[in-house]
Amino acid sequence: MDKLIEQFSLGLFFWQTVLFVGLVILLKKFAWKPILDAVNEREEGIKNALDEAENARKEMQNLTADNERILKEARAERDTLLKEAREMKESIISEAKGEAQLQANKVIEQAKATIEAEKQAAITDLKNQVAELSIEIAEKVVKRELSDKDKQEKLVEEMLKEVTIS
Amino acid sequence: MHRINLVKILTLLLLTVTISVNAQHNSQNEKKAENSHSKKDLKSEIKEYINHHLLDSHDFNLFSWTTDEGEHKYFGAPLPVILWDGGLKVFLSSKFHHGEAVAEVNGNYYKLYHNKIYKTDAKGTISLDEHQHPLNEKPLDFSITKNITFIFLVGLLMFLMFSRMAKSYKKNNLIPKGIGRLLEPIVLYIRDDIAIPNIGEKKYKKYMSYLLTVFFFVWIINLLGLTPLGVNVTNNIAVTLSLALVTYFLTTFTANKNYWKHVFWMPGVPWPMKIILAPIELLGTFIKPFSLMIRLYANITAGHIVLMSIIGLMFIFKNWIGSPLSFGLAFALSLLELLVAALQAYIFTMLSALYFGMAVEEHHDDH
Repeated sequence: MDKLIEQFSLGLFFWQTVLFVGLVILLKKFAWKPILDAVNEREEGIKNALDEAENARKEMQNLTADNERILKEARAERDTLLKEAREMKESIISEAKGEAQLQANKVIEQAKATIEAEKQAAITDLKNQVAELSIEIAEKVVKRELSDKDKQEKLVEEMLKEVTIS
Repeated sequence: MHRINLVKILTLLLLTVTISVNAQHNSQNEKKAENSHSKKDLKSEIKEYINHHLLDSHDFNLFSWTTDEGEHKYFGAPLPVILWDGGLKVFLSSKFHHGEAVAEVNGNYYKLYHNKIYKTDAKGTISLDEHQHPLNEKPLDFSITKNITFIFLVGLLMFLMFSRMAKSYKKNNLIPKGIGRLLEPIVLYIRDDIAIPNIGEKKYKKYMSYLLTVFFFVWIINLLGLTPLGVNVTNNIAVTLSLALVTYFLTTFTANKNYWKHVFWMPGVPWPMKIILAPIELLGTFIKPFSLMIRLYANITAGHIVLMSIIGLMFIFKNWIGSPLSFGLAFALSLLELLVAALQAYIFTMLSALYFGMAVEEHHDDH
């Protein structure tokens, strides 16, 4: 301790203090302030850039989510459209079927009626023709039968017989 | 945990240094008494050389040798001597002829004795008391000594380095170039790992200039002290005292109310304890920078003493095994000293930041 005090140099202390304090002030003005400011500015820049990137990423995510939502909606719409179309198709088909059935029935009915009418007409016609034919045949037969007197008499007799019977 | 270990090691180092310095001091006195009139042997010559190396000097000598005629020759430059002795007296240290001659300025006579300037008569008589201390009057010595020259050179070097670095930011769009690339990580380390954790995000900015300056100043000056120039500035108690005082004044003048409240009227303890704690806490505010001063001084001094002693061993052994051995030891120790140079700068900065942090700490209720 004794030696320390003996060694202590006031001049050195004085100059060290002056030079050191001067150095601090000078460096503060010409070095530390610009250096720290520059470093801060740079760090701020990096931080901002990172934030921006993060924001962009989020935006992208939002966009993707939006896209997906829109796609989903579109898909759903398509599905409902398809479903509607199918339903419509089915209803149209069934309607058409009903109509066709109805129409067919009607046609059949008409056909049946026509057939019936034709049949009746044919029958009547046939009857008429048969009657005519019968009359003709009868005429011819009669003509031939009545050409002979005996025979005519015989027939009249027969007929008379018949009439009496009936 | 890590820090506690560090503190333990440092305390141990501190103790060892104190002991070795004391031991040296005592044995030196004995040796001097023994050899006062007989021829100096090699050991005491080496010891004297080491002691001389640890001291400041009024000349900037790179090396010296003794000619065959027994005349001392020096290689170096004289430095200005500035004295205040009833008026300013300025002259070159070459007037002292390395302590061999009496310098005469305006009718006053001065002589160098153990690197201190004393006022003497025309013949240069130095009267000693029984403890070998000179009784002569000492003028106020503001000379530009070797250490001061070196401090100035380091300051200049730092200014050139860092102003250049600052300019490179402007030129290169906020990207450091050249020396800035090397220094920027260290600057950022001091900001992010020393200043911000200890002082706090809000208030660290006003201390940054000091912390950065003191870190680089101590580091560079310690490193240059390890070069063959061998100017070890931080082993002067005056230098470390000056640095520690700056920390002390910065702490004291920037401290907030909360800090002083903790010093004089510790909250959360019963009032008799408050009275007991106040002087202890007040003493603590002085002890903190005092420990800064001693730690830096002792570590660097110890390193230099051990290093030079091992180099000195080479001349004592003078055989084929001793010299390489002490060369290897000195080499290993130099590497260790490189670490110590940075470590001491780090510790000084770290503890300064810690004290500033205490001074500006905001009031917390959870005591």
